[in-house]
Amino acid sequence: MATTTAAVGLVDVTKRFPGVLAVDRVTLDFAAGEVHALLGENGAGKSTIVAMLSGLQQPDGGSLSLAGDKVRLGSPTESLRAGISTVFQHDMLVPTLSVFENLILGEPWWRHPDRAGVEARLADLSRDFGLDVPLDANAIGLSLGERQQIEIARALLRDSRVLILDEPTSMLTPQGVEELGARMRALAARGLAVIFITHKLGEAYRFGDRISVMKQGRLAGSIAPEVLRQKDEASAIDEMVHLMFGADDRAAAPKVRGATPDGPVRLAASRLCVNEASDAIAVSDVSFEVRAGEVFGVAGIDGNGQKQLAEVLAGQRQASSGTVMLHDRDVTNESVGRRRALGLRYLTDDRLAEGSVGSFPVADNTVLKEIGAAPFFTGGFERRQTIAEHARQLIARFQVRTPSETTPIGRLSGGNIQKVLLGRELSGDAGVVIFNKPTYGLDLQNIAASRERIAAIAAEGIAVLLISTDLDELIELCSRIAVLDRGQIAGIVDNDPAAHAAMRQTIGRLMVGERLVDEAA
Amino acid sequence: MEGLLTAVFMSSLLTGAIVAGVPLLLAGLGEQMSEKAGVLNIGIEGMMIFGAYVAFYTAWSSESLWLGFVGGIAGGMVVAALMALLCVRLGLNQIVIGIALTLGAEGLTALLHHFQFSRTYPRLPAPERLDVPGLSDIPVVGASLFSRHPVVYIALLMVFVLAFAYRRTNLGLTLRAAGEKPAALDVAGGSVVGLRVAAVLFTGAMAGLGGAYLANVAAGIFIPYMTGGAGFIGIVLAMLARGRPIWVLIGALIFGAALSLTTALQVAGSNIPTDVIQMLPFAAVMVVLVIYGRRAQLPAALGFSYERGAR
Amino acid sequence: MSLVEAADGAVKAPQDRPSAAWRSSLLTTLGPIAAAFIASGLVLLAVGENPITYYSYVFGRGLFSSLGLEQTLTRMAPLLFLAAGLIVAFRAGIWNLGVDGQFLLGAVAAAALAPVLVGTMAPWLVLLLGFLLAGVVAAVWSMVPALLRAYQGVNEIITTLMMTFLGVSLANALVKLVFLDPETTVPQTRTLPVADRLPRLVDTTISSGLLWALAAVLLTHVVMTRTAFGLRLRTVGANPYAAAHAGLPVGLLTVVVFAISAGFAGLAGASEILGVNGNVRSDWNPAYGLTVIPLVFLARFHGVGSIVLIFFYSALLIGSESAARRLGVPQDFNLVLVSALLIFLALAEWFDHRRKTKGR
Repeated sequence: MATTTAAVGLVDVTKRFPGVLAVDRVTLDFAAGEVHALLGENGAGKSTIVAMLSGLQQPDGGSLSLAGDKVRLGSPTESLRAGISTVFQHDMLVPTLSVFENLILGEPWWRHPDRAGVEARLADLSRDFGLDVPLDANAIGLSLGERQQIEIARALLRDSRVLILDEPTSMLTPQGVEELGARMRALAARGLAVIFITHKLGEAYRFGDRISVMKQGRLAGSIAPEVLRQKDEASAIDEMVHLMFGADDRAAAPKVRGATPDGPVRLAASRLCVNEASDAIAVSDVSFEVRAGEVFGVAGIDGNGQKQLAEVLAGQRQASSGTVMLHDRDVTNESVGRRRALGLRYLTDDRLAEGSVGSFPVADNTVLKEIGAAPFFTGGFERRQTIAEHARQLIARFQVRTPSETTPIGRLSGGNIQKVLLGRELSGDAGVVIFNKPTYGLDLQNIAASRERIAAIAAEGIAVLLISTDLDELIELCSRIAVLDRGQIAGIVDNDPAAHAAMRQTIGRLMVGERLVDEAA
Repeated sequence: MEGLLTAVFMSSLLTGAIVAGVPLLLAGLGEQMSEKAGVLNIGIEGMMIFGAYVAFYTAWSSESLWLGFVGGIAGGMVVAALMALLCVRLGLNQIVIGIALTLGAEGLTALLHHFQFSRTYPRLPAPERLDVPGLSDIPVVGASLFSRHPVVYIALLMVFVLAFAYRRTNLGLTLRAAGEKPAALDVAGGSVVGLRVAAVLFTGAMAGLGGAYLANVAAGIFIPYMTGGAGFIGIVLAMLARGRPIWVLIGALIFGAALSLTTALQVAGSNIPTDVIQMLPFAAVMVVLVIYGRRAQLPAALGFSYERGAR
Repeated sequence: MSLVEAADGAVKAPQDRPSAAWRSSLLTTLGPIAAAFIASGLVLLAVGENPITYYSYVFGRGLFSSLGLEQTLTRMAPLLFLAAGLIVAFRAGIWNLGVDGQFLLGAVAAAALAPVLVGTMAPWLVLLLGFLLAGVVAAVWSMVPALLRAYQGVNEIITTLMMTFLGVSLANALVKLVFLDPETTVPQTRTLPVADRLPRLVDTTISSGLLWALAAVLLTHVVMTRTAFGLRLRTVGANPYAAAHAGLPVGLLTVVVFAISAGFAGLAGASEILGVNGNVRSDWNPAYGLTVIPLVFLARFHGVGSIVLIFFYSALLIGSESAARRLGVPQDFNLVLVSALLIFLALAEWFDHRRKTKGR
């Protein structure tokens, strides 16, 4: 610590939000020339630290430091001026502007765009860091990996001394993650302080010079470079787990369940196609079968048609050709309500914007898909007592933490909203359940509980279609995993617990364009 | 005889298109900037009528038409400043406040007019015209196009000034970022609130100038509610122009022609009731919306206030 | 922005105690009203009128004289019908700013039909058909913005405003060209004889349209808050994506909302013609629509609250009509008052929200 200079740091920083102590007296230095991995669960305080360093929020107590001096970063402008650039988890490019326009965004409005200057500097950067920046492309058409490169280029064009990457690997392919890792190392070698936010232990070990672990707003501990260098991956991860959970919690490690059951086919798609407006991903020629008691996985990089596939199966989207069969019944042209009545349930990935109505009480949200149906409604009128009773039972059964069933659901945490939605989908006679990213954004406890529940549902004989971007989750739960790439099934892989490494490799390659040719055989 | 009739008809139609079109053009250009920046400025009608009243009052009391225009711009900006404070700084609902400002400015100007001028109804002297040398003598179109009040030329000039600024400086992309994804502009070091406040104030200035033109040049008198929806047409023009000032100009001229068709037809001896003619521009907008509805793209964050960290 | 902690922060906020909630909503209702009267009073002072004299005259006239009170109650009918339509629209998340056009076309439809039918059937049937036609015409008129919004995603604020300009002109053109009463020199429609209009309430001059209008608001309130249909509409309004996810036909429901909302505006026009005026004169446009919006907002879309506020606003209208003649303050002043009301209401909600989020 004494040999390196801290480019930026936190000194005894505290940050409160109503009812939450997000960051609790954290002191932390980020040194130039280092990749500093900041590790922690959701809600551990990592994002709040990012927000404070990038000027979006100000500490309630303590202070920030810049090259050893106390500094106030009151706005993103001040943060940028201090040489700190941030690549946020959700990209901060304007979709309707070109890449070039995005790169110069933030310059004074009266100035004439300096195209030649940007081109000249980019040429150097592209060579040194392997960045590919198509200046005239529209941001909207780029992949997540490309957008991330543009944001890194933007930071470099600004001569930043500190680069913060907030969960940069969450949407990348395994190969993309490796490329990013190499790039971070190159940037640190050039003398930048790279702050790498992640919740994946392996990545923290492979790319980080130094690792700090956050736990419930506090700094749980750090692993210094000289210590880290002497550890192998397994023992480093052991230490990180120890810091994160206080004990060697082996529950976090994957345990494999999926065996292939031979029950009857409950859900089948055959040559399913969805046409989309010009630039959106379409689903084309998708066929698969899900049997009773089976968890069938769909892997893929986010945005490769998962949502469209889920919606066309649930009836929210019209198929342009092909069929959807539910219990040997052609439901291709049936409505959402009809499919639900036949036992098809769909748990959306978008809990807030699609799954729930934030301003409505929890109780109303539990019957949102049963409006007008007995026993909650008679003669078109609400039966408030019945609905409230139903909601209370659901709250108890799924351990939803809420003051009462009359609380607006928007006030609950993500995990608790997810439990309400899960309860809603599983009430009544469910025969087939589609899960779209069911554990995304939840904390570890809730993730574990949700996975238990999915396994339990399958064990009861329900057919489960599990769409996820988390490969560990799919490997833990599924018997077979289909890989979706640009709306097509690139291949279906049998989950083989004995050959994990090879299977990951295969799935990763399928995600980025390779095809399993003889899968049909 | 017939030829003369046609020439007179054409000339009065062209004149009308410009006289009626200039306030729409100014309102449309102003609104366009607000909309680009993500503010749906429904209060523009109020900015126009307030600008019209202040312009008339200033011109009448100072006996200077030019001071009147300055007053009009200031009047429009006062209402705009209120809008900017309430909607951009405090983030109040843009539609509710827009309606409130329009109603309030209409009521207030009618009230002030009642107590100030209702007994005298003073009229301003006819405004001077600026003849473009050589061109104003062209038969039929000459007097209509090239012998107009200077404000007309200023309005036309604004089309090209804005088109240049949007294309050749960072203004266009900065505005688009504020309207499309304000958070991106914020983290890139731009000021979303500052830009939006400036855009709303600009809208107020343009709307006020448009109102001043209506009262001081086109009518020579202030009449309560005299804007008659010109601001709302400006909103529609801005919506349909998809960010291009030149399309606001084209739309404003078409609307101006339709609005002045009544007079032109009367000159030509036809007798179609004014109500039917007055429907034409609005009917035209609806037809355009029905045909191009899906393509009238609006910025994604239009109508939503920006609060740092809220999303 | 990945401010997960920030979002989660709202979770543990303690629940509002009912009494505190009541007090805060009372404060955010009465506060803006008081502020609006004071601010508008300052405007009166500025033009040289005594606000206290003006206000006491207006309310004395509208509330405390028997004739004035009867006029106030009669005037409530169209305003209440409009409020019913706005409650449906706003609760379903639709900005129907075209009620003035819908109102006038409904009025013209009723005025065109009813006088012609007099004598051919029972008087109550004439009135019923008049109301029905008015509602249908207004609903049909709203279909252009409705379909554009439901299936093309075109912002209804702009289209309904446009349709209001169009509707006002169309109504005028219809009066002057199509339904003109040939027997008078004044350009107006045929007149429904006083005997055939809506009956008066016992021993008063109050039109019984008031009762129907009250029923309309109360019915609307119950439907929107207690029934499956109302919950469907509210779901579409609060979160159309969640509605589509739950299998609701969002487009169709949007169209239905427009039809109901505009239909009520049409009934409002009919109640004014069949209950009070008897005909439509050319260039008649009371422009109630935009001024009812603030009242419905102030009542937070609540039926009973709207009724109370409309009662007072109605008194204000009646009083100010008289004041325009007696005190020389034009009715345009009402617009200033309503505008101030809207602005202070929005400000009060902002302060309230800030207090709630900061205080914890």
